[in-house]
Amino acid sequence: MSGGHSTYTPTSGLGRWIDARMPLPRLMYDSFVAYPVPRNLNYAYTFGGILSLMLVAQILTGVVLAMHYAADTTLAFHSVEKIMRDVNSGWLLRYMHAVGASMFFIAVYVHIFRGLYYGSYKAPRELLWILGCIIYLLMMATGFMGYVLPWGQMSFWGATVITGFFTAIPLVGDWIQQLLLGGFAVDNPTLNRFFALHYLLPFMIAGVVVLHVWALHVTGQTNPTGIEVKSKTDTVPFSPHATAKDAFAMVLFLIMFAWFVFYIPNYLGHPDNYVEANSLVTPAHIVPEWYYLPFYAILRAITFNIGPIDSKLGGVLAMFGSIAVLFFVPWLDTSKVRSAVYRPWYKLFFWIFVVNAIFLGWLGSKPAEGWYIPAMQISTLYYFAFFLVLMPVLGLIETPRRLPNSITEAVLDKNKAKSDAAAAAAVSH
Amino acid sequence: MKKLLHSVAAVGFLASTAYAVAQTEPAAHGAGDQGIHLAGEGETQHYPLLKPTEEKWSFAGPFGTYDRGQLQRGFKVYREICSSCHSLNLVTFRTLEGLGYSEGQVKTIAAEYDIPGVGDEEGRKGLPSDHFPAPAAQDPPVPDLSLMAKARGVTRGFPTFVFDIFTQYAEGGPDYIHSLLTGYGKTPPEGIDVAEGTHYNPYFMNAAALAMTPPLTPDTVITYDDDTPASVDQNARDVAAFLMWAAEPHLEARKRMGFGVMVFLLLFAGLVYLTKRKIWAATPH
Repeated sequence: MSGGHSTYTPTSGLGRWIDARMPLPRLMYDSFVAYPVPRNLNYAYTFGGILSLMLVAQILTGVVLAMHYAADTTLAFHSVEKIMRDVNSGWLLRYMHAVGASMFFIAVYVHIFRGLYYGSYKAPRELLWILGCIIYLLMMATGFMGYVLPWGQMSFWGATVITGFFTAIPLVGDWIQQLLLGGFAVDNPTLNRFFALHYLLPFMIAGVVVLHVWALHVTGQTNPTGIEVKSKTDTVPFSPHATAKDAFAMVLFLIMFAWFVFYIPNYLGHPDNYVEANSLVTPAHIVPEWYYLPFYAILRAITFNIGPIDSKLGGVLAMFGSIAVLFFVPWLDTSKVRSAVYRPWYKLFFWIFVVNAIFLGWLGSKPAEGWYIPAMQISTLYYFAFFLVLMPVLGLIETPRRLPNSITEAVLDKNKAKSDAAAAAAVSH
Repeated sequence: MKKLLHSVAAVGFLASTAYAVAQTEPAAHGAGDQGIHLAGEGETQHYPLLKPTEEKWSFAGPFGTYDRGQLQRGFKVYREICSSCHSLNLVTFRTLEGLGYSEGQVKTIAAEYDIPGVGDEEGRKGLPSDHFPAPAAQDPPVPDLSLMAKARGVTRGFPTFVFDIFTQYAEGGPDYIHSLLTGYGKTPPEGIDVAEGTHYNPYFMNAAALAMTPPLTPDTVITYDDDTPASVDQNARDVAAFLMWAAEPHLEARKRMGFGVMVFLLLFAGLVYLTKRKIWAATPH
């Protein structure tokens, strides 16, 4: 943790023995018990904990599912149905895993948007942010490969379309695609390597999560004011304060998770994936999972050639660019003020960005025709303009609101305003 | 927390208002007295021409259960009509106990089927552990029905798909099957060409007409062993319910467990919240 000295004192003989040799309990104590967190964190800051919970849930259900799954094109679809029908509680495991993937992405999007809103990526937290972007990329790869495993129609055709993107890259494109597929088309080698990687990547995610948390514990958390912690009164110990708040948020999140798992487990999936993969029958609309839809819209927004870049390559570049741009956010934002709370204009454009991202997602589910195409283009333009134009320019021209001197001052002011209002209300009655 | 509750309440209020508005909005469509929207010049025609009608199902909602009588009636429709072309490969006879049959009845049903031998092996009578044997291959091939009730669904469109989360609408498959089976016999609107050998059906997902001949007609209505009045609509409804069971045999267990989980989580959330409030009581935040 942030240069502070450890306050861990082992109480038992065994504790002292371990502490002198491999101080893991001390690390845990310093990281999750004594670790000071800003006292003013709101519920938007609980999604890191929720994401850890979801990662563990996905790995646990996934490992058990892998015991029953057969990664072979002739068996895969039926092995999944066997899990659904004959394996004890198999339906529960599979629905938890499939819905869990979506919940994981809901949580990560809230987490990313929270970071963008409160300027969590700003110095000295650039590496923390970049590690987060890497986790997100790994999640996307894992989710995509996982969706291929049930070997339904959308699995097959989604894999065909997405690996096809790489062929747009000049010179090495075809080679990359064949490497991904293990052949010239999606087939058994593809399924085998996707299964192997789908099992591997979550552990790589877990590894990067450790780095992410490590980086977090070096710099400390941001908070809604964006002001760094200055004194001891600005913080509370992680346990019990943050633990209890995180736990409450996790239970609320689990209620939403359970709602989907038990009542509408197929809501977030595509009906076509209950049809076994068939290379001779192309579905009417090939759509990826909902969490990739904004990027799918950006891909299809580029319907025109740009100089030597044809529309196909342009679309692929725009799609990869829309994720790559996230890595540069710490340097694109020129504002001295961290939190959107004190940046009226940034706040406005941030919320437009959120609405725009959701709109892009909706467009992603639509066929590329009619007014959807210009809408995709305008939305894509705003997506990039937000990062490449608004972020650098706003930081230079925007007049921020007055910042409080410290977290404690901000909290006490807020509470004073609240109690004043309550007193005023009491008087007027 | 207060803020959280307020925003939850606001979202709920907005959703319900929008839902009410969407419900009362008349089905405004372009051409045709059937409410069919035909694509204009240069537009792509989208299918189905008509969205499936929303039916009442005993298995809908958080406490939904299968109506055993209906499942048995639907099974009869499947056996006497659908099964002459469509397989039910993923379903085993033993699971038919879920339809309310006894172990003995299941044995009897299984024995009514002939299981073809593999290789030199001779064919034999079906056992409860067997899967439904497939009928002779069709040309053109017809889909297997085991997962049909989950493998078909018509896009619900905005904002309906948002409300579906709160109303727990998960019956798109059976609604589609029911609408499709009862959707034959209408006159195609002006401008819709029905190809030779296909049958016009505005509820079909992929085109205006499909190759499947109308499976349920007033002349071939399947009568029931219970005293339910038989009709094309009733046949379609019952077979759709049966196919939902075939696709999701553990639906009841899922919803039952869901209720327990929800009650637990809500109580647990309350306790954790009280704990959290006590911990933070002395710390303005």
